[in-house]
Amino acid sequence: MRAFVIAVFAFLYLPIALVVLFSFNAGHHASEFTGFSVQWYGKALSNPFLVEALKNSLFIATTSALLAAFCGTAAALGLQRVGTRTRALFDALLGAAIVVPGVVIGISTLVALVQLFAVVNPFLASLWPTDQPPRLALGYGSIIAAHGLFSMALVTMIVGTRLGSLDRNLVEASSDLYATPLTTFRSIVLPQIMPAVIAGFLLAFTFSFDDFIIAFFVAGVQTTLPIYVFASIRRGVTPEINAIATIVLCASVVLVLLAQWQLGRRKPSP
Amino acid sequence: MSETGYKPDPDNATGGRKSAGSQPAFPMRRSIFRKNLMTALLLAPATLWLVVFLVLPFVAIAIFSVGERAPEGGYQAALTFAQYANLPARATAFWNTMVLAPVGALACLLVAYPVAYYLALRAPDRWRLILLALIVIPFWTSLLMRTYAWIYILGGRGIPALLAYVGIEDLRLINTPGAVLLGIVYGYLPLMILPIYVSLERLDRRLLEASADLGATPLSTFLGVTLRLSLPGVMTGFSLVMILLLGEYLIPTLLGGGKVFFIGNALVDLFLQSRNWPFGSAIAITLVLVSVVVLIIANRISTRLSGARRVDLI
Repeated sequence: MRAFVIAVFAFLYLPIALVVLFSFNAGHHASEFTGFSVQWYGKALSNPFLVEALKNSLFIATTSALLAAFCGTAAALGLQRVGTRTRALFDALLGAAIVVPGVVIGISTLVALVQLFAVVNPFLASLWPTDQPPRLALGYGSIIAAHGLFSMALVTMIVGTRLGSLDRNLVEASSDLYATPLTTFRSIVLPQIMPAVIAGFLLAFTFSFDDFIIAFFVAGVQTTLPIYVFASIRRGVTPEINAIATIVLCASVVLVLLAQWQLGRRKPSP
Repeated sequence: MSETGYKPDPDNATGGRKSAGSQPAFPMRRSIFRKNLMTALLLAPATLWLVVFLVLPFVAIAIFSVGERAPEGGYQAALTFAQYANLPARATAFWNTMVLAPVGALACLLVAYPVAYYLALRAPDRWRLILLALIVIPFWTSLLMRTYAWIYILGGRGIPALLAYVGIEDLRLINTPGAVLLGIVYGYLPLMILPIYVSLERLDRRLLEASADLGATPLSTFLGVTLRLSLPGVMTGFSLVMILLLGEYLIPTLLGGGKVFFIGNALVDLFLQSRNWPFGSAIAITLVLVSVVVLIIANRISTRLSGARRVDLI
């Protein structure tokens, strides 16, 4: 059994190791390792399209994860205060946001937004005083919103779980001692759910940064890193992609470890 | 919907305002009103998001799916079930998905179970967390980046080139159903391992000892106790992986090379290339319905399993 487990870990990590190894390959061909070099990192980081895609991805992931962490935490807190029916409805919708395949989220958001823009843009144009009215179009906003949907559901669930295991006695004690609700929230509830919020943020960031299929549909003219990488793969694998993949893999590993650490952190003693 | 997020007693809502002065008789009413307002404010952003980016889009493709394709592509209003009647035109995509999703999930399960078992019951304590982290990390790193490594490995200069040295020539690995299956196991293994691990870790070890004490062989202890009690975890993992596989696009695209395509590939084609939005919408709705059916069946089996377990333990 041990041998089997070792084999499975090898299976999981060998392809990743291969990508990392070949990112340091001096030669151009993927088939043979001709020597150690960091030239592909230099080439990757001086490719304006690649850097642009990387910047877009960082911006989109940060914004959507921040929005998701904020709205998701608020929703988790709000769900503590509603009846079972409302809660069940929310749980069903949040579950749907997580379970519905990304490809369906992508196309349905595309369809809905295109229809919406077709209505809103002429309306905006008729109201606008000058000749150049703002036009709503697919782009940063639509990717952020579509990623945020999944991320918000994720954060709501993680924070909700944490709230469920919150020590109620502390909250009651706090209000018995005449703390205002705001003070109770700041000094009792917030410190206890903070690790869950941070973990949710980091996971949301990772999700958004890695997502290809949703962004593929709603990106409009924008490019994110996964879209760029996908297009490059279709054109034929280049060592540049190995370099950028290695950077992204390392960043993801750090973020996941941070999230795990935050989730596993003991509640601060009161 | 945020306003319906709570049930405002009309008496409270107005009463709260009336008592806003210095009427000491109704201090509670004002605080109830405030509490409800606070709840609504907390839920408002999430509600807005869910409505605009989940409910509304779903309604949109539901409407599109009974429409017609406009001559220049896109959508034209109509009320017809022609799109649904046309579903057999994409039968291959459905067939591939409906075969490779359960087979892939099953293959994942067969590989994942021994790993989860080892992690939960056999691994040395100080190694357990490290090994678990090693399982989780690939799951949160980009599926795209992880899958594309296999293009090298299975491609002409990878394993086939190595096999040519030992005399096996002309072996095609990439762009076959086998390659897609391998990609599926590789991509979704962590997701299968984790729920099984959780259910095995909660397992009461005393049951195993009791079973052995009562003369059961290791095999019958495994079948009667360990496997039995981990079935809810198995079901969770299986249904999760299966549902995600139903909407998979990247793995068949990268490793199936246009020869093995899934429903996801059909959707990308219909929306981004041939621009037949109504037909694509009908396929998307069908896909969601299939996912819901799978979830319901999985839920039924899970409740039955946990019900059976309760009876057994009494």
